[in-house]
Amino acid sequence: MAETAVGPKWRSYGTRRRSTRTLRVRASVTLVLVTVLAVLLVPPLVQLDQQAVDLAAKLQPPSWAHPFGTDDVGRDLLLRCVYGLRVSLLVGVTAALTATVIGTAVGAAAGALGGWADRAVMRLVDTFSSVPHLLLGIFIVAMFRPGVWPVVVSVGLTHWLSTARIVRAEVLSLRSRPYIDAALSGGASRLRIAVRHLLPAVLPQAALAAVLMVPHAMWHESALSFLGLGLPSHLASLGNLIQNARGSLLAGQWWPTLYPGLFLIVPTLAIAGLAGAWRERINPRRRSELML
Amino acid sequence: MLELRAVTAGYDQRAPVVRDFSLTVEPGEAVGLLGPSGCGKSTLARVAALLHRPDSGTLLLDGEPVRHWRHRAPREQRTAFGVVFQQPRLAADPRLRLAHLIAEPLHATGRRSEVPDRVTELAATVGLTPDLLTRRPHEVSDGQLQRACLARALVLRPRWLICDEMTAMLDASTGAALVAAVETYRSTTGAGLLAVGHDRTLLNRWCGRTVHWEALQPPRAPEASQGPSVR
Repeated sequence: MAETAVGPKWRSYGTRRRSTRTLRVRASVTLVLVTVLAVLLVPPLVQLDQQAVDLAAKLQPPSWAHPFGTDDVGRDLLLRCVYGLRVSLLVGVTAALTATVIGTAVGAAAGALGGWADRAVMRLVDTFSSVPHLLLGIFIVAMFRPGVWPVVVSVGLTHWLSTARIVRAEVLSLRSRPYIDAALSGGASRLRIAVRHLLPAVLPQAALAAVLMVPHAMWHESALSFLGLGLPSHLASLGNLIQNARGSLLAGQWWPTLYPGLFLIVPTLAIAGLAGAWRERINPRRRSELML
Repeated sequence: MLELRAVTAGYDQRAPVVRDFSLTVEPGEAVGLLGPSGCGKSTLARVAALLHRPDSGTLLLDGEPVRHWRHRAPREQRTAFGVVFQQPRLAADPRLRLAHLIAEPLHATGRRSEVPDRVTELAATVGLTPDLLTRRPHEVSDGQLQRACLARALVLRPRWLICDEMTAMLDASTGAALVAAVETYRSTTGAGLLAVGHDRTLLNRWCGRTVHWEALQPPRAPEASQGPSVR
């Protein structure tokens, strides 16, 4: 290729900033900010009791007084949703981070070391994978008193397997690239190659796995709550809210299910949009592979 | 002195790519290795640069046999070799800006203080302008990237240069510029050069001595040399 063939079209951020990519990024940033602000600011600023029961106003459809309607004991659903998002996000994000850190460390170590260490670790992963992870999660959570942290530990310890597999596969494919040879020839140690060349390359993958793990962790939280092992049912988590609303849905009351569902979906999509943009920024040549 | 003795290497013990290969490079000498594509030249270059463990045979570095390869090789031995690969795209970490790419061996060997001087000096040597140094590999052409890769190979002042088809992906003028940079480095430092390629004219002009792959290696059985059959 001649040296004149350089143009702005290969720039990750070119002159045309008003592309759909940046629009998507802006929308995602806005939604994530709104979510975070709502979760952080509403409880201290709005002095309303989310547990306040008002049986005279039970199961009211959305109105000005209650924008999201009320549930079967007359609690305001908007307030319950915000509190629920708070708990569910805490559980989801913490559990996903735990799982991703464990998975990335295990996968990168297995891929970078290779040989018998790799085989031993991957057999361990296979062994864990052969047990249904909800079952394993129930086993872990049953050892503790119901609460937030047992659920986090349970989901975190059962969900690092797929991340470990993804990271190991990526590291294996990177390990044989000539640029690793070049780094070796430049005197880089094993640790330096792992930290400087391998980990940054798998980080976007791992971050993406973490983001996609967040809703998964939220669902596990609700599944465990449903079985009476997860969060106590008085605690408003999105999972608990949706579970409680199942009966009302059959009676034609759609709002107790719809709004917690939206509160689950919208922030997740926003975070996924951000992760996709981040990945483009870090590794622009693979831009087309992931459009969330 | 860099000496390969009866080296057999490859990626499958039953079907080695390089068999019983012997070659010597004296300090200050430029040796060209000429062979058709797919014959195992690159594998041999990787063996010579301590990047691939041979199945058998010995590599003597200043009379001392090399016992360890890749990570296990002592750092001084590994960094005695500057390696330039055929495809700059694959040989450059896509996340590093060119200045970091060139300076990376200095960081890896704990010589951070030399970075600004060496990078400026080498960028001038290989013909990279300062604005190119702030770009990432996907923002420059193959030729510009190969210039950076050559600068990276030279940054630790290696005693041996291994150029594996360095100019194969480049246009003639860029190739000539890179060869000139290598020759300048060689004449000032007395480093030895092993240039691998399939361009007879280039290697004859570039190197003091050109050896032909076929002359050093017995021809293979037909089924082995053809690779997977298309028909």
